Amino acid sequence: MSDAAHAHDDHSHGHPSGVMRWLTTTNHKDIGSLYLWFALIMLFLAGSMALLIRAELFQPGLQLTNPDFFNQLTTMHGLIMIFGVIMPAFSGFANWQVPLMLGAPDMAFPRMNNWAFWLLPMAGIMLMGSFWLPGGAVAGGWTMYPPLFIQGGISYDLTILAVHIMGLSSIMGSINIVTTILNMRAPGLTLMKMPLFCWTWLITAYLLIATMPVLAGAVTMLLTDRNFGTHFFNAAGGGDPVMFQHIFWFFAHPEVYILILPAFGIVSQIIPTFARKPLFGYASMVYATASIAILSFIVWAHHMFTVGMPAAAQLFFMFSTMLIAVPTGVKIFNWVATMWKGSLTFETPMLFAIAFVCLFAIGGFSGLVLAIAPVDIQLHDTYYVVAHFHYVLVSGALFSIFAGIYYWLPKWTGNMYSETLGKWHFWLSVIGMNIVFFPMHFLGLAGMPRRIPDYALQFTEFNQIATVGAFIFGFSQLIFLAVVLRTIKSGEKATSRVWEGAEGLEWTLPSPAPYHTFETAPVVK
Amino acid sequence: MAVGNAKTLTKLIVVTIGMFGFGFALVPFYYKICEVTGINAGAEQSLVKNTQIDSSRWVTVEFDANINEALPWRFTPVQRSMKVHPGQLVQVEYEVTNTSGHPVVGLAVPSYGPARAEAFFKKIECFCFTPQTLAAGETRRMPVLFVLDSSIDREMHTVTLSYTFFNTAKKAQTDSEKTRPRG
Repeated sequence: MSDAAHAHDDHSHGHPSGVMRWLTTTNHKDIGSLYLWFALIMLFLAGSMALLIRAELFQPGLQLTNPDFFNQLTTMHGLIMIFGVIMPAFSGFANWQVPLMLGAPDMAFPRMNNWAFWLLPMAGIMLMGSFWLPGGAVAGGWTMYPPLFIQGGISYDLTILAVHIMGLSSIMGSINIVTTILNMRAPGLTLMKMPLFCWTWLITAYLLIATMPVLAGAVTMLLTDRNFGTHFFNAAGGGDPVMFQHIFWFFAHPEVYILILPAFGIVSQIIPTFARKPLFGYASMVYATASIAILSFIVWAHHMFTVGMPAAAQLFFMFSTMLIAVPTGVKIFNWVATMWKGSLTFETPMLFAIAFVCLFAIGGFSGLVLAIAPVDIQLHDTYYVVAHFHYVLVSGALFSIFAGIYYWLPKWTGNMYSETLGKWHFWLSVIGMNIVFFPMHFLGLAGMPRRIPDYALQFTEFNQIATVGAFIFGFSQLIFLAVVLRTIKSGEKATSRVWEGAEGLEWTLPSPAPYHTFETAPVVK
Repeated sequence: MAVGNAKTLTKLIVVTIGMFGFGFALVPFYYKICEVTGINAGAEQSLVKNTQIDSSRWVTVEFDANINEALPWRFTPVQRSMKVHPGQLVQVEYEVTNTSGHPVVGLAVPSYGPARAEAFFKKIECFCFTPQTLAAGETRRMPVLFVLDSSIDREMHTVTLSYTFFNTAKKAQTDSEKTRPRG
């Protein structure tokens, strides 16, 4: 995508070239590509950690790692996948697509956009570099709970700083997105005519602006507890470690919707295109997204049923959590209704979108099971939870990212991707993904605890199945890399509309999209 | 458009800073909620709580006071009745006044209603069976410290602790009257 953008850089006015071009760029397409490449690199890094975890779990006993290194792997896998892969990838989509979909010439604050991106690699280096520091990387879990997180070594300080930086980056990115969407829409493009991807990102950006500062506050308290003698969470000084969990999950439950709402947006663009029908229930989709976002602020303690709380509080958090299934169900029904009696074709983006709807629903249902407080007390910190959140984050968030890349790559590069390779990537991913994570439901129900490098003998077979699936899933992502690289270099030329059923302003532009677009705003009727 | 963008930017930065402050404001908020609802108090729950207390039920204890024979005293419980958990340490007080113009020695004897309740009254401190000398017109408060044993029958919802003061001087007098003819 970068080469294509470069080749069509016909409006360039003596811009720097080479590395300096990318360091100083304020072009939303360049920055979008940077975000996506960063996410892809991080996907392979954190994915390799996952493969190491699975390799260790192929057999009971300790084979490859010692327990401390295993804990470092699970912690860093989680942190990087969330803050280094899914969130930057969605930011990449937002940077590329929001101005194109709104008919805006660029993001509202291009310079801040540049800063927001270039903070990320700094945080990434801090996180990855901590593996080589004395004591290794953080091993206290991605949730950063005290007391472990106020006891560790230098890498804990570094991770806290990295979280600060990544939070700052996503706040800057979100401010940019909100401002762009609110102020820079083409004339006639009212909010309720906006593509759903812009709607989901608008709401996501608000969630980020509201919760990222709370996370920043929480990790700041960890930092001062560690270094400046405060006792927010240090029980020895009268602090309360449980309070960290409340503050953390006040951030982190909205965060899980930050990780999925843009996915809803991408899928809501793709399914109508390949069903050749307008999206069913557009307004209800907008309201469902907004209600999910609002409800996300009052359900946080369902992550904490086992730390102890009054029965009344358990009931409140249990029922408010279940309430979220209603707007989510509205969305699933709308996608299915969009496909109903449509002229469906099954190109790779559509395949990933359909897999998203089916598999995300499985993850949603296991989430409902976990919402039941008495059941959660049994399943807390077992592999059932691991299965649940990988169904919503891998077959949910990650599959929507694949779907979106296949869908918009021809627009970005001007070349069609290889449909054959795309289908190989899809089928290997969807089969591999289910082989890894489906057996984990049973492991969890049988009581296998998560984040432990060893396990009881009776769990061996299902763990071996999961490990085999993990290697199929992991290595099939190399096909994805090959597809992307090949599409950038060569391939059948894409038309400006690319897909027969595609609707929206971005498809009125030539493929590849010129370096500068919509310098005069289009008028939407 | 640029002016509009700057305005939006300012608003969003204010929200960001506000939410950063809100993260810290959650700290006093958390402690206040715990205090008001009494849901946390970790130290209290785990360290001080007496596990011998059966807080699942209440027993009403009634306090009764009587004066026997011609003892010139006024004797009343400070509290007529109270609800206690079995196993809970309870302190109550009785008030006694010598209404006569000369010192009198009295002695209290407890009784229980129903009589079976006696087995479950574990008295740690009591003024009974000890001769009490009250000066002319003196008023004294006397404590009783007791625990209702947590094995008390579930059917016993109300028990009565009753004290009766006897005039030991008169008793001695009567005794001497009885023995005198023989002596």
